[in-house]
Amino acid sequence: MEEPDKHTEQKNKLSTSKGEIVIHIKGLKKSFGSKEVLKNISLDVKRGENVVVLGKSGQGKSVAIQCIVGMLVPDGGTLTVFGEEVSGMNEKQLKQLRIRIGFLFQGGALYDSMTVRENLEFPLTRVLKLKDQVEIDQRVKEVLDGVGLLDAIDKMPSDLSGGMRKRVGLARTLIVKPEIMLYDEPTTGLDPITSREISELILQMQKKYKTTSIIITHDMECARITADRMVIMNEGEFITEGSFEELKKSKEQFVRSFFN
Amino acid sequence: MAEQVIPGWKKWLEGSGDQVIFLKGFFRNVFRGGFEWSEFVRQCYEIGYKSFMLVGTTAFIMGLVLALQLRPTLINFGALSMLPKTLAVSIVREIGPIITAIICAGKISSGIGAELGSMKVTEQIDAMEVSGANPVQYLVVTRILATTFMVPILTLLGDVLGLIGGFLAINITSNVSSLLYFHKCIASLDFTDFLPAFIKTIFFGFIIGFIGCYKGYNSNRGTESVGLAANSAVVTASLWIFVIDAIVVQISSLLFYK
Repeated sequence: MEEPDKHTEQKNKLSTSKGEIVIHIKGLKKSFGSKEVLKNISLDVKRGENVVVLGKSGQGKSVAIQCIVGMLVPDGGTLTVFGEEVSGMNEKQLKQLRIRIGFLFQGGALYDSMTVRENLEFPLTRVLKLKDQVEIDQRVKEVLDGVGLLDAIDKMPSDLSGGMRKRVGLARTLIVKPEIMLYDEPTTGLDPITSREISELILQMQKKYKTTSIIITHDMECARITADRMVIMNEGEFITEGSFEELKKSKEQFVRSFFN
Repeated sequence: MAEQVIPGWKKWLEGSGDQVIFLKGFFRNVFRGGFEWSEFVRQCYEIGYKSFMLVGTTAFIMGLVLALQLRPTLINFGALSMLPKTLAVSIVREIGPIITAIICAGKISSGIGAELGSMKVTEQIDAMEVSGANPVQYLVVTRILATTFMVPILTLLGDVLGLIGGFLAINITSNVSSLLYFHKCIASLDFTDFLPAFIKTIFFGFIIGFIGCYKGYNSNRGTESVGLAANSAVVTASLWIFVIDAIVVQISSLLFYK
């Protein structure tokens, strides 16, 4: 029980007050070979805020959030999370940062050789280093209950539907109680009803766990349900931002095309 | 802009550099705390136990065929009594280790390559990394150590079954008691037959796991890359097995068989 206490203590120490900027991006650039994917993006995300990044496929939305979590190293610009520059972090610091950030992949990225229970236990035993099986069981059941899949606890990922996989993926991410959640197209490939359920679940979980979220999507219903603020991305740049209603009334053709 | 063509030698050098970095990552994580014992045991079961039937059957048939092929030649030289000794030495020194290693390269290395390649494609490895867990320690270290540990054991079992296959072949064609056959086999073997063969199987096991993990872990995105990783793992691991075999035989010849 020593490790989680240390972790909570550290989290509290580093925590910033509500309204304070937790993600600060300025002039971020990233290229792959000769292709410039992120040209010059800037964004500030406040604690507790839900920011939806909207844009066409292949515009660099996922690249941007991969830079936030240190999966990709930007070519230029500034990217700070909790006031620390991500690209300057060593392996240990990056690991500490990643414990505080949850990342939900497009397909859920469940470990397919493990049951749902083992998937959820994995971050608890490997990342938080929990040893107490009673506490582990309790946290697994609590978070699974939260996403409405307690019945699926002993199922294999191959036995789950697309929506269920995303719910389990969300549960696995939330089980370590991250402060920031990054969602990479959480509703892609789902039917409209399940999409809506996932979007509502994201909002519900955000309120329950009080997370700050960046949601990458091109699903307008998901954006409408989850967004406190929306930014529109085109050709590697954020071209405009505002609330769902503000952007809906935008005069720019490109922005309006998302709402039509 | 036209895509820059990278020369083959440069790609080869880059690939070699990547393998060295991967190897360094493996050793760094072996000696880091928090060894994944349960995953290591699971991999030993998957790699060792589940390969036993294939390795055993192949070794048994190889022993049988070898005995049948050797018999007429030895009769021509009037040296039929040398058959158990010839069989034992060739199986323990060379046939057993190399056949086991090649089968393991085909079954295990490709399996690891495909499994890790598929995990890469479905972002499972990324998910592990992003969660703050250590995918190298969990996926790579356990698999490489499991192959390093299990291939020598499979080889020993393969050797025994190869000799049993040889006995069956001899017993079909002539009336030799099992006691006499195995006594002659064991009496013809000494420490210098076992040791170099055993040591090279450790290297075989290591290279089978290492190549499988490297190819799978570094596969590109897309389902096609899973097949490529599996295929490339078999080809590269098989090639390395023969290279290691040649080196070990050279060294052991210099040391033991002057």
